[in-house]
Amino acid sequence: MPTFVYMTSCDGCGHCVDICPSDIMHIDTTYRRAFNIEPNFCWECYSCVKACPQNAIDVRGYAEFAPMGHSVRVLREEEKGTISWTVKFRDGREKNFVSPIRTTPWGSIKSPSDYQVPNPDALNSQELAHEPDALNIDALPALTPDQLKQGVV
Amino acid sequence: MFTSNPFADISASIPPTIMQTYVVVMILLVAGGTLFDIVHKKSARYFFNHWQNAKDKGTRQVGGGEMVSLAIQTALVEGVTSGEFCNAQRRIAHLLTMYGFLAYVITTAIMVFWYPTPATPTPEILPLLWTIGALMVCVGGYWFWFFIRVDVAAEGNSTFRLVRADLFIVSLLVSVTLGLIWALVQTAGGGTWANVFLGLYLLATTVLFGSIPWSKFSHMFFKPAAAFQKRVEQANGSRRNLPPPADSPKIYGSVQRQPQNY
Repeated sequence: MPTFVYMTSCDGCGHCVDICPSDIMHIDTTYRRAFNIEPNFCWECYSCVKACPQNAIDVRGYAEFAPMGHSVRVLREEEKGTISWTVKFRDGREKNFVSPIRTTPWGSIKSPSDYQVPNPDALNSQELAHEPDALNIDALPALTPDQLKQGVV
Repeated sequence: MFTSNPFADISASIPPTIMQTYVVVMILLVAGGTLFDIVHKKSARYFFNHWQNAKDKGTRQVGGGEMVSLAIQTALVEGVTSGEFCNAQRRIAHLLTMYGFLAYVITTAIMVFWYPTPATPTPEILPLLWTIGALMVCVGGYWFWFFIRVDVAAEGNSTFRLVRADLFIVSLLVSVTLGLIWALVQTAGGGTWANVFLGLYLLATTVLFGSIPWSKFSHMFFKPAAAFQKRVEQANGSRRNLPPPADSPKIYGSVQRQPQNY
């Protein structure tokens, strides 16, 4: 279900451009509004749909579940921590879905740039960057060098 | 410079009637360009089709009084305070540019039509407002151009890459900047440089008002209409097909019946 933009609703803020993992949301050169430059390459992650503060990005549903004349729209409500979807079919039927986005308050997760830059020696560690702090635990179980195959550490 | 009417200063070399005719031609270009834009892009047809669709899908009728209330809300929130912007910096830059442009254009028209010569002394507030308006356009416009513009901020393109979407902001900034330089040179004594900057100022201004069918100038008429439409759709229950607020979902979850095991 590739995404597309309602040009009259878009205000050209660039959030979708920033968030698109496929780098296919871009700004057009005539109106400075966002558009999907290559729907075939859309991963259908809907990051742009959810990130759009103007609700200007919509989804083209697959014919199997939403034949022509349908609409699939999403409303993200950060303050409630919910994301809602509405599928309207051409015969007037409507399906609504509401899901929680997350279990922590909006804005409470630290950005990677807020963490200290890892030391190059950390490459020899068995832990990923910022573990175990980022996991909110004291320590992770780790193998000692004698428990590993020779040459691994 | 700040309290001297630059248009009255050049009335000896350029008759006021020519300046007034130029202003009228610019107003006609704005009106004609906007109408051409509406017809060429079928904006009005799209707007009214969309309006009818939203009305058909609505769950309730919006009465005349409520419509007036929505129009006032649109004028106050989206019109006067640029409330549609989610980015605070963009909003401030837009407000600076919008109010600066209004002050600059209105005072230009007043000075050209009512105080065109030194024989009709200009109240000091008018050239002062003209200068402040032009400076506000420059502050908001250059801030937007160099730092906030999405082509630069999100797309990572060069600040100096020019595309058609830049026609409005570039012609506006060039026109206002040249106007300020011309007024400065004119007040400082005039001469050849004043004529050069006046010529460039008029050229940039003509491009600004004459390029409406190709530029984003007419967004100042379209955006309030789109904002009003959005509010009406919210009020009549069609909500642009968006889901209702999550407080009272009709169905929570994906299916009401138990899933089957195949």
